[in-house]
Amino acid sequence: MAALGSPLRTWRGLLRELRYLNAATGRPYRDTAAYRYLVKAFRAHRVTSEKLCRAQHELHFQAATYLCLLRSIREHVALHQEFHGKGERSVEESAGLVGLKLPQQPGGKGWEP
Amino acid sequence: VPPAERKRFYQNVSISQGEGGFEINLDHRKLRTPQGKLFTVPSEALAIAVATEWDSQQDTIKMYTMHLTTLCNTSLDNPTQRDKDQLIRAAVKFLDTDTVCYRVEEPETLVELQRNEWDPVISWAEKRYGVEIGSSTSITGPSIPARTREVLVSHLASYNMWALQGIEFVVTQLKSLVLTLGLTDLRLTVEQAVLLSRLEEEYQIQKWGNIEWAHDYELQELRARTAAGTLFVHLCSESTAVKHKLLQG
Repeated sequence: MAALGSPLRTWRGLLRELRYLNAATGRPYRDTAAYRYLVKAFRAHRVTSEKLCRAQHELHFQAATYLCLLRSIREHVALHQEFHGKGERSVEESAGLVGLKLPQQPGGKGWEP
Repeated sequence: VPPAERKRFYQNVSISQGEGGFEINLDHRKLRTPQGKLFTVPSEALAIAVATEWDSQQDTIKMYTMHLTTLCNTSLDNPTQRDKDQLIRAAVKFLDTDTVCYRVEEPETLVELQRNEWDPVISWAEKRYGVEIGSSTSITGPSIPARTREVLVSHLASYNMWALQGIEFVVTQLKSLVLTLGLTDLRLTVEQAVLLSRLEEEYQIQKWGNIEWAHDYELQELRARTAAGTLFVHLCSESTAVKHKLLQG
């Protein structure tokens, strides 16, 4: 069986991602269909708490997978906006990406008009 | 300059139940597929996840982040016009070039890493399905017995078309049928499967260093796509639908 960690941890992670998603729209995350669905599913999960219940494990697996989806998209978008979303970079920026700086010559390079 | 993204043209996203399943409404308009079909999905959980994708778009619609919507569109429109047999054959064909079956001969540390990380997954799959898979260092890859193929074809045949579209998507992301089976059988988490799929890359990163805008970017994208595909398979499989009903009852 996959190592999923504790359901509580997954639940907290999901709440955190829902808050991120709804910070953008400005609505409280508790009003969303996703929140209501997850509350219902996690409650049902608690009711059937027999050990090694496959349905329970499956539900937790899906919740953890959804958490991974939301988190990865958020991080992917952040990297996309920082590095890939703005078209071509200037020479200075490109050098900065790999930790380099363009040389600076005091008083100019001598061949400027 | 990248192409302009469409503006978010709607305020509210809601779900309604129609004849063919669950539909998505953007204000008062029904969501449609690229080919103009009505967007309907077989599972409520999937509809909610799709609605969440649309509702979490800010000023512009970033289709490249909406993997579940894309998977539903593929299933509804079936743009490659493939039937069930073709989807299954495409997935099983990956076994010939499965990432976890191809091994390097050097350097010794990577050989060992591949053995330690990949062998247990292969043994699990061999035991779970009662087949022989094996691994190889040859450029032509391992020779997969015909029976292995038959067994896996008939296993995949138990999935419906939607789930199979998802399975094929995950297989092509991870470049591995074995790892995909690990995900459909709840054996591996998405994070584990992605790590195993990128084992050599992770090894090189350990050795040479990580580059955020290339390695992390690809890692997060692969995780997102694999998670979307895996969730899609689970939510579209009938057994899951039944269990959800039981849980709600």
